[in-house]
Amino acid sequence: MNLLGEGIAWIVDPANYAGPQGWIVRMLEQLFYTFGAIAVAAVIAIPLGYLVGHTGRGRDIAVSLSGGFRALPSFGVIILLALGLGIGFKAPLLTFVIIAIPPILAGAYAGFEAVDRKTIDAARAMGMTEWQVMTRVEVPLGLPLLIGGVRSSALQVVATATLAAYVSGGALGVFIFQAFATRDYPQALGASVIVTALALALEGIFALIQKLVVPRGVVAKEPKDVRARAPRPRATTGIPVQEGK
Amino acid sequence: MKWVESNLGLVWDLTLTHVALCIPPIVIGFLLSIPIGWFANRFRVSRGTILVVLGLLYTIPSLPLFIFMPLILGTSQVSSLNVTVALTIYAVALMVRSASDGFGSVDSDILQAASAMGYSGWQRFWRVELPLSGPVLLAGLRVVSASTVSLATIGSVIGVTSLGYLFLNGLQRTIPAEVASGIVAVLVIAVVFDLVIVLAGRLLLPWNRGDRSARATARAARRRAVLVAEGAS
Amino acid sequence: MVRRRLGPAMIEFRSVTKQFPDGTVAVDSFDLVIPPRKTTVLVGSSGCGKTTLLRMINRMIDPTSGSILIDGEDTSGLAPVKLRRRIGYVMQNSGLLPHRKVIDNVATVPILNGVPKKDARARALELLDTVGLDRSLASKYPRQLSGGQQQRVGVARGLAADPNILLMDEPFGAVDPIVRAELQQETIRLQEGLGKTVVFVTHDIDEAFLLGHQVVILQKGGHIAQVGSPAEILANPANDFVASFVGADRGKRVLRIERVDGRDVVVDENGTPTGVLQP
Repeated sequence: MNLLGEGIAWIVDPANYAGPQGWIVRMLEQLFYTFGAIAVAAVIAIPLGYLVGHTGRGRDIAVSLSGGFRALPSFGVIILLALGLGIGFKAPLLTFVIIAIPPILAGAYAGFEAVDRKTIDAARAMGMTEWQVMTRVEVPLGLPLLIGGVRSSALQVVATATLAAYVSGGALGVFIFQAFATRDYPQALGASVIVTALALALEGIFALIQKLVVPRGVVAKEPKDVRARAPRPRATTGIPVQEGK
Repeated sequence: MKWVESNLGLVWDLTLTHVALCIPPIVIGFLLSIPIGWFANRFRVSRGTILVVLGLLYTIPSLPLFIFMPLILGTSQVSSLNVTVALTIYAVALMVRSASDGFGSVDSDILQAASAMGYSGWQRFWRVELPLSGPVLLAGLRVVSASTVSLATIGSVIGVTSLGYLFLNGLQRTIPAEVASGIVAVLVIAVVFDLVIVLAGRLLLPWNRGDRSARATARAARRRAVLVAEGAS
Repeated sequence: MVRRRLGPAMIEFRSVTKQFPDGTVAVDSFDLVIPPRKTTVLVGSSGCGKTTLLRMINRMIDPTSGSILIDGEDTSGLAPVKLRRRIGYVMQNSGLLPHRKVIDNVATVPILNGVPKKDARARALELLDTVGLDRSLASKYPRQLSGGQQQRVGVARGLAADPNILLMDEPFGAVDPIVRAELQQETIRLQEGLGKTVVFVTHDIDEAFLLGHQVVILQKGGHIAQVGSPAEILANPANDFVASFVGADRGKRVLRIERVDGRDVVVDENGTPTGVLQP
């Protein structure tokens, strides 16, 4: 617990947070990476995901891609790009764009696919054009899952942005690499706490947005909500039993 | 290409080391997640808490976690156990949600039919719940496997040898081919692991073969696993 | 396998009450004797507690108070798992295990009971004949079967351990009318042939009258509105609820005889002919 105290002490020391080398600036850099990468990735991934979701073409590829991309070692990609683009912020930013795309793509596509086929049929039957079906039915109904994808991306990038410092890209990783080299545990802990707190704050904000964008009248289809439905009678063996169906 | 040709031996050795580093966390993480996930699914009150705590664990960036492992475990700075334990923590954090979803995906009618036929709780778990949650479990395992293989490279920063060595060395000596070969090797391992898991699924869950709705379920499960997989790099 | 000698399987409910943890009283001091080797149908609309009653017989649900006796033996003294293995159970949507082939689904209970796999499978094949399924279906997975076929497998599975009691929980609720009619006839044939005590739950009064030797009409909270044979109930509905439930006051149950070309033709309220009286 002593170490934790020292870590906190490191965080609250003005010498560590103020100035161009302080953690406040480094944190802003971390956020710049996060939102910059998300913005670029969204421009690419959302239309693509919508296309896949609307036409139903290339679904398997989209899912495999988003699963497979997790295996891409971002650390290696940052270094490889840095060897090409030079050290600084460019290589990390490009890397983060690459890792931010798959979850957003999956979210956009999943949001469309989650819309009940009957609803879409009904929309067509009412005389909506394909464009109207997309913009008035699929987009609003799929929004919660899209935000879920953006949330995944944001958390992945904010954690990965720590690695930018390895190629002189700044952000909070600077403190961690430095501390590791000098075995300065209070600094490593302090910086880690800030990164984790940042991730949690983002998680909280996105969770809130995700709740807010659920169209009124739509009950979320998450399994846990179904589960939490009503108190159910129980069997003696402790198996949930549905009564009188 | 020249670098690769003259260093094939090194790449191969590192690949084997990397594989050896990744298998224990994947396997142990999977095994640990099954009881935890079952518990989370079975007792709704605990589900929220368990998933939130594990979600928090997964948001801790890997580099600091690696760095602090020796302090927590009392191991030496360069012990590969640091990376093994940290990767296992991530694996559990990712896998428990899938496991909980998997057990939740089993049709309650079928569970009741099993009880009505006279399966005891233990028999029902092994012969009905576990096999039927298989597709969702495997979907989760695929994500865990990919994530572990990738995260293990960062272990090199704290001196635990893996394919990440090629990244550090390649940067130091400015040899892009060395870094690229490291990336490719990581991807190859991930693909091979993925194939092994898919194949195991085909063998162990034969009733899903060629079934459209089962494939769709598995795809949805996989997507869900991907979407919840966040943080930790 | 050591088999205990099974009795004729008379089931008795003695002032059985079931209150669920959320406060719902599904069944309130319920008394009933289910005669052995006959079909008793529990019929009522949803929420009348019929499924709860059925599930209390094999202890999927335990009563809050009161007791259930099988051949005079209180089931609360029996181990639930063992009890269930000697009572057949058929449910809606068949409840087949999707990861087991048809034959293994049928053989499940005997194998749980310790019957060698080979014997259990041989017996399962015979059961497929019994329920009118082709043996070639044995190696298929449930998903590859039609709804009606799945339901037949469900019945075969319920019969596999040669239980003396067969519980059927709206087994034909999810199949189309033609297949349902077939399965109902099959059920009658099986019950007559095998002499099991069948307890059948449905919300369909026509099905109840067709299958039941004894029909139990239930009202909310598991209150018995009337017990009797279909003929008794039709001839003499105990009250307005029963009369309206069985449709005695409506269309097709109000029949009269018209004389046509010297023969007695039975027509319903709308004048639609339904049959000819044999002299």
